[in-house]
Amino acid sequence: MHELSLAIEIVEIAQAEARRHGNGRLLAVHLRLGPLAGVVEEALAAAFPLAAQGTEVEGAELVIERVPLVVYCPSCRAERELGAEVWLVCPVCQTPTPEVRQGRELEVTALELER
Amino acid sequence: MNREPRLVHVRQNVLKQNDIVARALREEFRRAGVFVVSLVSSPGSGKTTLLEKTLAALQRSRRVAALVGDLATENDANRLARTGARVKQIVTGTVCHLDAMMVRRALEGWELAGPDFLFIENVGNLVCPAAYDLGEELRAVLLSVTEGEDKPLKYPPIFHGADLVVITKLDLAEAAGFDREAARRNIEAVAPGVPVLEVSARTGAGMDAWLQILHDRAIAAHR
Ligand SMILES: Nc1nc2c(ncn2[C@@H]2O[C@H](COP(=O)(O)OP(=O)(O)O)[C@@H](O)[C@H]2O)c(=O)[nH]1
Ligand SMILES: [Mg+2]
Ligand SMILES: [Zn+2]
Repeated sequence: MHELSLAIEIVEIAQAEARRHGNGRLLAVHLRLGPLAGVVEEALAAAFPLAAQGTEVEGAELVIERVPLVVYCPSCRAERELGAEVWLVCPVCQTPTPEVRQGRELEVTALELER
Repeated sequence: MNREPRLVHVRQNVLKQNDIVARALREEFRRAGVFVVSLVSSPGSGKTTLLEKTLAALQRSRRVAALVGDLATENDANRLARTGARVKQIVTGTVCHLDAMMVRRALEGWELAGPDFLFIENVGNLVCPAAYDLGEELRAVLLSVTEGEDKPLKYPPIFHGADLVVITKLDLAEAAGFDREAARRNIEAVAPGVPVLEVSARTGAGMDAWLQILHDRAIAAHR
C-alpha cells in the first residue's frame, strides 16, 4: 500500500499550489491517473481523507480522472487508444505497440477554490 | 455573488520529488561507473536466492555490492553478506516499496566509485514498486514458475516497467505444470519486446545467460 504516501504527496502539492493562488478554501483536487501509474484508485481515494486530516486540504474532494492508455502503432503510424485491458497491441492491425504515449499519468491537474 | 468555485490549473507530477532524486542518482551512478540493477517480484519469487548466486559468481572478477529492502523481519541482507559482497539493509518498516530517497540515504557514506555492480532488491510486492524510479540502469522483474502465468496480466504496470523479465525456479517448472508459452505471451502482451530469461538459481540453469546480460549491459552503459 503505497497509496498513503502518494496521498500525502498530493496533499502537499495541493496545499502549496492553493497558497500560491490566494487563500480561498480548497474544495477539490483534480488528479489524472493512467492505468500504468501503478496506483489502485480505490486505495488512493480511501487514503486521501486520511492524508488531508489536520491540513488545509481537509474536507476537499479528490476528483480522479482516469485517462485511457494511448499507444503508438508503428504499422499504422498512428496513435491508438486501448480499452480497459492493458494489452499492448494495436486494436486495428494487431501489431505489438511498446510505445506508450499516455497512461503513466499520476498528476495533480487542477484545484477548485472557494471564491 | 458568484458561488462557482474558482478552478485553477496546475500540472504537478505527484512523484516529482522521487523522479528528481532518481534522475540525480542515475547521473551519479553513471559518472561513478557503477552499473545498477534492481530486482522486483512477489515475495518468495527468488530475488535473494538469485542475488546470492549472482554476487558469488561476479565476486570472482568484479566488485559487487547490494542494497536490500526489507520489512524488518527477514534476514536477506545476512544471506547476501555471506557471499563477501558489501551489503546494506534498508529497513522499510511498513513501507511496501523502496523509493529513490531511501536509496540515496542508504548510500550516504559509500564510495560510489567502489563497486562495478550495485544490486537493489526491492520489497516483495508487485504493485507499489512500479511507481518509483530508483535510478537503476536495469530493472529486472522476476516471475517464478510456481506463481501462475497470468501474473503479468494482473499486474501490468510492474511488468511494463521491466527492462528484463526473469522466470525463476525453472527446476520446478514441470512439477508446477508451468505453461511457458502462456507466460511468454502474457509478458509480451504488457511489455512488447522485453527480453525474457529463464533461470534456476538452484540448479544453475540459465545463470550463464543472466550473467552475460549483466556484463553486456554494464559494458554498453559505460562505453
Ligand atoms: N526450487 C527452487 N527454489 C528456489 C529457487 N530460488 C529460490 N527458491 C526458494 O524460494 C524461496 C524464496 O526465495 P527467496 O530468494 O527468499 O525469495 P525472495 O522473497 O524473492 O527474496 C526460498 O525457499 C528459496 O529457497 C530455485 O531456483 N529453485
Ligand atoms: Mg528476499
Ligand atoms: Zn496498427
